[in-house]
Amino acid sequence: MTELPTVEVASGITSLAWLLFVLPAAGSLILFVAGRRANTWGHWLGVLTVVASFALGLAIFFQTIGMSADQRTTEVHLFDWIAVAGLKVDFGLRLDPLSLTFVLLITGVGSLIHIYSVGYMSHDPGRRRFFAQLNLFVAAMLILVLGNNFVMLYLGWEGVGLASYLLIGFYQDRPSAATAAKKAFLMNRVGDVGLALAIFLLWTNLGTVQYTDVFERIGQVSPGTVVAITVLLLLGACGKSGQFPLQAWLPDAMEGPTPVSALIHAATMVTAGVYLIARTNPIYNLTESGRLVVALIGTITLLIGAIIGCAYDDIKKVLAYSTVSQIGYMILAVGLGPIGYALGIAHLLAHGFFKAGLFLGAGSVMHAMDDNVDMRRYGGLWRKMPITFVTFGLGYLALIGFPFLSGYFTKDAIIEAAFTAPGWQGWVFGLTASVAAGLTAFYMTRLMIMTFFGEKRWEELETSDGGHYHPHESPLSMTVPMIILAFGSVLAGFLLTNGKALATWLAPSLGELREAEGGALPHSVTPWLVLALSALGVLVAYLVVGRRPTPVERPERVSLPVRAARRDLYANAINEAVIARPGTWLSRFLVFVDNRGVDGVVNGTAALFGGSSGRLRRLQTGFVRSYALSMLGGTVLVAAALLVVRFS
Amino acid sequence: MTPTYYLLLSALLFSIGAVGVLVRRNAIVVFMCIELMLNSVNLTLVTFARINGALDGQVIAFFVMVVAAAEVVVGLAIIMSIFRTRRTASVDDANLLKY
Repeated sequence: MTELPTVEVASGITSLAWLLFVLPAAGSLILFVAGRRANTWGHWLGVLTVVASFALGLAIFFQTIGMSADQRTTEVHLFDWIAVAGLKVDFGLRLDPLSLTFVLLITGVGSLIHIYSVGYMSHDPGRRRFFAQLNLFVAAMLILVLGNNFVMLYLGWEGVGLASYLLIGFYQDRPSAATAAKKAFLMNRVGDVGLALAIFLLWTNLGTVQYTDVFERIGQVSPGTVVAITVLLLLGACGKSGQFPLQAWLPDAMEGPTPVSALIHAATMVTAGVYLIARTNPIYNLTESGRLVVALIGTITLLIGAIIGCAYDDIKKVLAYSTVSQIGYMILAVGLGPIGYALGIAHLLAHGFFKAGLFLGAGSVMHAMDDNVDMRRYGGLWRKMPITFVTFGLGYLALIGFPFLSGYFTKDAIIEAAFTAPGWQGWVFGLTASVAAGLTAFYMTRLMIMTFFGEKRWEELETSDGGHYHPHESPLSMTVPMIILAFGSVLAGFLLTNGKALATWLAPSLGELREAEGGALPHSVTPWLVLALSALGVLVAYLVVGRRPTPVERPERVSLPVRAARRDLYANAINEAVIARPGTWLSRFLVFVDNRGVDGVVNGTAALFGGSSGRLRRLQTGFVRSYALSMLGGTVLVAAALLVVRFS
Repeated sequence: MTPTYYLLLSALLFSIGAVGVLVRRNAIVVFMCIELMLNSVNLTLVTFARINGALDGQVIAFFVMVVAAAEVVVGLAIIMSIFRTRRTASVDDANLLKY
């Protein structure tokens, strides 16, 4: 069991931490309430609140880094949120290295993407609404990572779910966007149920939902319950992070505007699952089998994502499946336990930079290509948009793990750690992760070649409204964030892992990073193996895609694996067959029972009384003498009955 | 003393009253028939009081008379007001209160 840090009371600028999430929340509220009046300045308010939040986060970060390691965990108690018999929930913030890291990632990348959106959404009439929802997302995500108990985590968790739903369905007039939003919301709900059940279990067993109390006393809970809690928490993480078997919503979420894909569905929200598992590491440390399930899910997902990414022609969907796959790496890392928590977070941060950069680059390309997402219509764009090409290229190199760029440091560390898992696990996790790294190199190279190199296939094509394509570089507000993110993609990995900087910083939250030892492959071999597989992926992509012309229409006569990958490895079909269709049958059956059974009894009773009283009321003729006759008859009957009883 | 004749007379009066209520249309006549039935009952009560040598039956007969008087007052008032509005005292014509 790792040593838990002592919790200090906040002092100095840390006591202003509530402003971190109140600022974006206020911005969102103002933009929602002000309505059309805010159309001219609303987007700048949105940018301002997030940038201010980022500045405050930086200030708190620098104050914290100046303290000694055992004083870096502080709590700010704001007010008693829920206080009923037996249940006491604070509205309190926990500021420790882990939450501060996330605060900086969310507000930092969030600021860049807000600035980018000012340019990207400049022609959209719904820009103010967009910024209101984006601010709402930032506020909810900050509550998620800052809360000092599970209920606040859940509040933020649902808040980001709502913001994600609103933003995926931002183009309300497109039925596909509405469907994608609904799908994301429903599949997230499956995960949320898991998270809620885990919180209920914690509360019934420990009587508290505060992180400090739970982590202190989790050892008293029976091992079986601990496994149940870890699996339920993992279900929550799977829903939010697009992990197997709940991964199908994330690619569809690309229906939202591209900055949303970059911020929510690549850099921040979808990593909430990784945060959840890293945050609850004292629970996961107790159970070997719980961690094994986590690592298995991560391994399956990273392979699925990489395979499907190879087959899509939609630039955003390729990046989306790449995200699924990369989050699989992070989940695998945190599933490896104390040797992996910090590695997972490191990859999360590096991924936040390069994947956000890649998505912004994709948005820039779409901006130039009349919002067309089909890579088969691109080609030869590098000369037309040099800044996008260079920044995108750097993100690409960082993602495939080109030596000395971000991915090289963070992804290789995870694969190395995966090989050290005991027994068969080392081989399975390590080899799968290595092969997926090769696949990553393949699909990303394919994407690069189809988009930026080769023939200019768009020259002979017409846009949807009949004009010609005029690719052009994007405005400054879009390129500057891309350039900053490109710097991050190049440097983040080195800065984070050099001298174990991040691992040391995170130690109070995640425990000391234990050195991975032994394992299936010697440590000197793994980097070379990964590098060789990645190089092979690039080479194959060059031979398959780069050396022959790309057909503009998607070829339909393709091999079986490609066909399966194009259909998301039948994930949607399986969901449809296993969950959706039986659900439809069940609800139809229940509707039938309700209509015929329940309603039948109620309506039948009413009809019986209505019909019989309609006939009986005919007896009320209004003739006094007939009433008198019936009274006489009745009296005679009663008298006769009495006589019969008395004298028989 | 045998009560037979008294009781037979009483039953006869009651039957005449009952039939009168059922067959006559004029409200005044129906009313008189009701009085007839009440008084036949009074006769029975007095007869049995005499036979049993107790005063209970006679007391009840007085009660019946008081109630009958009160009833006559109310009933005649109703009949009067019906006659004033409808220009008839036939009970069959006052048949609005029905299904």
